[in-house]
Amino acid sequence: MDLYEFQAKELFARHGVPTTSGIVVRTPAHAKEAAEELGCAVVVKAQVKTGGRGKAGGVKLAADPQEALDRATDILGLDIKGHTVHQVLITPASDIAEEYYVSILLDRSNRTFLAMASKEGGVEIEQLAVERPEALARVHVDPLVGVDRAKAEEIVDSAGFDSSVRDQVIEVLERLWDVFINEDATLVEVNPLVKTPDGQVLALDGKVSLDENASFRHADFDSLVDSGETDPLEVAAKERGLNYVKLSGSVGIIGNGAGLVMSTLDVVAYAGEEFGGQRPANFLDIGGGASAQVMADGLEIILSDAEVKAVFVNVFGGITACDSVANGILQALELLAGKGEAVAKPLVVRLDGNNADLGRSILRDAGNPLVEIVDTMDEAARRVAELAAQGA
Amino acid sequence: MAIFINENSKILVQGITGSEGGKHARRMLASGTNIVAGVTPGKGGQTVDADGRIIPVFSSVGDAVAQTGADVSVIFVPPKFTKGAVYEAVDAAIPLVIVITEGVPVHDSAAFFAYAQESGTTRLVGPNCPGIISPGKSNAGIIPGNITPAGRIGLVSKSGTLTYQMMYELRDLGFSTCVGIGGDPIIGTTHIDCLEAFEADPETDAIVMIGEIGGDAEERAAAFIQAHVTKPVVGYVAGFTAPEGKTMGHAGAIVSGSSGTAAAKQEALEAAGVRVGKTPSETARLMREIISGR
Repeated sequence: MDLYEFQAKELFARHGVPTTSGIVVRTPAHAKEAAEELGCAVVVKAQVKTGGRGKAGGVKLAADPQEALDRATDILGLDIKGHTVHQVLITPASDIAEEYYVSILLDRSNRTFLAMASKEGGVEIEQLAVERPEALARVHVDPLVGVDRAKAEEIVDSAGFDSSVRDQVIEVLERLWDVFINEDATLVEVNPLVKTPDGQVLALDGKVSLDENASFRHADFDSLVDSGETDPLEVAAKERGLNYVKLSGSVGIIGNGAGLVMSTLDVVAYAGEEFGGQRPANFLDIGGGASAQVMADGLEIILSDAEVKAVFVNVFGGITACDSVANGILQALELLAGKGEAVAKPLVVRLDGNNADLGRSILRDAGNPLVEIVDTMDEAARRVAELAAQGA
Repeated sequence: MAIFINENSKILVQGITGSEGGKHARRMLASGTNIVAGVTPGKGGQTVDADGRIIPVFSSVGDAVAQTGADVSVIFVPPKFTKGAVYEAVDAAIPLVIVITEGVPVHDSAAFFAYAQESGTTRLVGPNCPGIISPGKSNAGIIPGNITPAGRIGLVSKSGTLTYQMMYELRDLGFSTCVGIGGDPIIGTTHIDCLEAFEADPETDAIVMIGEIGGDAEERAAAFIQAHVTKPVVGYVAGFTAPEGKTMGHAGAIVSGSSGTAAAKQEALEAAGVRVGKTPSETARLMREIISGR
């Protein structure tokens, strides 16, 4: 889960990382009030979960409250790489003498943690890593030890920070480790970390990603989720405990197991090329059990997506036998009909594995004209793409 | 032979008195697995009756190993307790620990992986994986035991149901061992570890490798294949249609910026001489062509 800058900075402040405070607002009028309250020149910063805000015109200086109102008017509603700006952070403008970069992150490739630091911050770090890799220090962090004083010194000295800021940056790294470990973060990044003309080191920006698997030990994770930024169908699915991702396409997908569902999306997109570019409408993994209630919940979400013209139910019966999956599908259709939401779009069902023959015959015997059984995944994908094209 | 587990494996189930642990212990037994012990803290001295077979329960992994000589542990405990369970198994120097649990915080996985590495005694598989099956010999985890008989194909996969699908498609040929390595960002055993073991296994003739978006494990595996694997490998990669920045079910299945894409993984595998199927069925067909051409 990625956080907004203002949320990241709240975590920084909580763990003693020196940073600037600010006020988050959703309207230009409130931006003006915030600037009045701060009583100094401010920066108006778009709060979106993507990089490159500055280049996109999402970060502007405002000398006085009226300017803050004007800049907020410019920035609110901007589209930055597909993210609409709904809120801006009003923060005191800081004079900058130097800009640095520091981060601590999960290093998947090496199955450990990694700290990175550079004296040349404020630029896109991916670009720096490619163009001048020698300017970016990369130091492995042992998960069993963490960033203690000695490790922080190693990082800072590898990056070659000079003595005027060395101790402060060491301190920042130790406090960032506190954020990383105590908040179950997979990334904490400060770009830029700045030195002000009077020699203070400050985190002017912040990027934090949290591990949702750790939410059982963080009561506050739920409050950090911004449902306003999430697709309404994804919000509804999450409320029902469904693993759903909205995509843009005409074929609704239900399957069991993350890998099989990802594969189903690909196979549908591949088959859909023949039928005017039909694409999968969503990812939905109903897991191993595939009970009638979960199937009904899943179908309900998918059928409420107006883009969906046909649905593909793709189940491999491993532990669960296909006859219970078939009964689950029939019960789900009844459940929905009972709620006045009778399914009116075609369903292509492919069952394989444990008791597949029995499952197929249960569906055939039920004789629902909207339910078609196709024996293989590839043929079923073709058929559902064809039906979606007809329904479009 | 097979890899990692065989008919001589003595299996211990951590969390055997829980509903998942109990259910799957019964299924493992039904597919011929030698389960010698269960562990649940505080329940030492009890027994579990698994369809007539009585399994002793111990309070600690150390006790269970001392009493039964267990050499594989399969962990079914909830995410909150998984780190502690793995540490305990590593402290008991069990050679192979398979973590089935889904939803383990990645900080915990990073810690217990480092701990196992440091011990030098324990191979970890998972977390968030279906486990390992050497059909007809031993089944450690949740993979259905009746999909495929024994044969001479090796399978390594990040995904559970895609593993089952591939086992099913090639059930007439059969498998030496199928390893579900899991879809989390940090896992104990990688594609490379399995490729290396299959290459060395005289009972494996060819290898199916299934990957998915996220990280660079498939790219690294491709480089390894080019340098070290002489047996034929066919590949499949899931997630071509996954959008950037969205987690697709598995915690590790995410395209970040331009890294971790399915296209890059396919390209790397093909450059290493691996034939990559567009669909699971086509992948099975490629394997069939290789086997029949021998």
